[in-house]
Amino acid sequence: MNEKRGVRKIVVPGELIKEMGKPGNGVFVENGKMYSAYLGVVEIRAGYVNVIPLSGCYVPKKGDKVIGKIIDIAPMNWVVDINAPYYAPLHVNDVPWHVDFGYTARYLSIGDVILAKVSNVNELGQVWITMKEQGLRKLEGGHIIQISPFKVPRVIGKGGSMIQMLKEYTGCRIYVGQNGMIWISGSPEGIITVIKAIRMIESEAHTYGLTDRIKAFLEEERGEEHGN
Amino acid sequence: MGIKSDIRLIDDNGLRIDGRLPNQLRPIKMEVGVLDRADGSAYIEWGGNKIMAAVYGPREAYPKHVQEAEKAIIRARYSMAPFSVDERKRPGPDRRAVELSKVISEALESVIFVEKYPRTSIDVYIEVLQADAGTRVAGITAASLALADAGIPMRDLIVGCAAGKIDGVVVLDLNKEEDNYGEADVPMAILPRTREIALLQMDGDMTYEELTGAIEMAMEAAQTIHKMQIEALKRKYVEVE
Repeated sequence: MNEKRGVRKIVVPGELIKEMGKPGNGVFVENGKMYSAYLGVVEIRAGYVNVIPLSGCYVPKKGDKVIGKIIDIAPMNWVVDINAPYYAPLHVNDVPWHVDFGYTARYLSIGDVILAKVSNVNELGQVWITMKEQGLRKLEGGHIIQISPFKVPRVIGKGGSMIQMLKEYTGCRIYVGQNGMIWISGSPEGIITVIKAIRMIESEAHTYGLTDRIKAFLEEERGEEHGN
Repeated sequence: MGIKSDIRLIDDNGLRIDGRLPNQLRPIKMEVGVLDRADGSAYIEWGGNKIMAAVYGPREAYPKHVQEAEKAIIRARYSMAPFSVDERKRPGPDRRAVELSKVISEALESVIFVEKYPRTSIDVYIEVLQADAGTRVAGITAASLALADAGIPMRDLIVGCAAGKIDGVVVLDLNKEEDNYGEADVPMAILPRTREIALLQMDGDMTYEELTGAIEMAMEAAQTIHKMQIEALKRKYVEVE
């Protein structure tokens, strides 16, 4: 990441991609030429040319940690909205509690928010999620915000640098789901600061030198808190 | 179309009633991301037309029997506001709106990678706030911007453009008077990159040569409109700086 505050090159659907490499995600090939399928930015990684969309819905991948909301209850499972095109069922065998048939509502009710993992996705787009793993749980209290799932890597930062910085400066607990749902818990001032910072990251995700600007912003916010 | 009158649509200098040349477009203004609640949206002003397009999805298609196991379905809805025309239009879908919704859905489906999202629907709402002829093509142009804004994978940005015939001359982009008193109107949806045609309708009559001329004229105009679309899409992000 260099110092300049430039903007990454934006491509539109159907635009010819001049960069050389093997076709990766978000591109399609016609007559031996590569074109972008999305409104996004071009990125070259390991010899593959990818287009990262600037907006769009979350497409579940096996192993992703996601934050979901319970929207329906059945005797043997819950239905979870993970912000994907499809709802995901959570079976009673996939939760860390022993649930008797028909007693699902005792453990998770409609409107509850959970941290879960995508356990399987098939080619029809059907998704299964699980909570049977260390660290996966029901999220109580806190605040939920929603961002574009393609901006999640920017919120996390390189090796978790961005999220670590947010946590350090505000003292909040933050979980970022791969589906773009973010859960924040802590002092009201901290939560407000984190939300502001994340909104800033979201609107400037396609620019360079973001971490430094967020750091400056957090310094400023902390200054105000101490009455300076 | 076809109302007999002695109105002269083209004057002695070869200019049209609004002062345009035969191959000149009306002024076009586009904006992307105008609605917060929709997944993608766009607003277009094309001459006297003012049109809003919003996209929702891909989301699970309901009722379940409309789902298709291996692709997404595109549901476009074209509707005109009661205040969009001179005399109040009765709200709700009429014969014309149902037809346009169908042809627009099919035109959009041809550019979207529908196989990427099986069992889902992508809903496109095109609302005509003010009409001045050529609303379906302006609607398609706005819809493609809204789809791109919603992050839906597409082969190309689809462009709508109309041509027609007035006073025996083939002209581009008819306005209301030309549409009402002219001889033919040919709305088209074009894929500018490959120059393919995704929608072609014709109201009125033209000879084969005139029609080919009209298509050629719209093709050229589509390239211009396509550049405006790209500019509108990029503007949303570059301004942030």
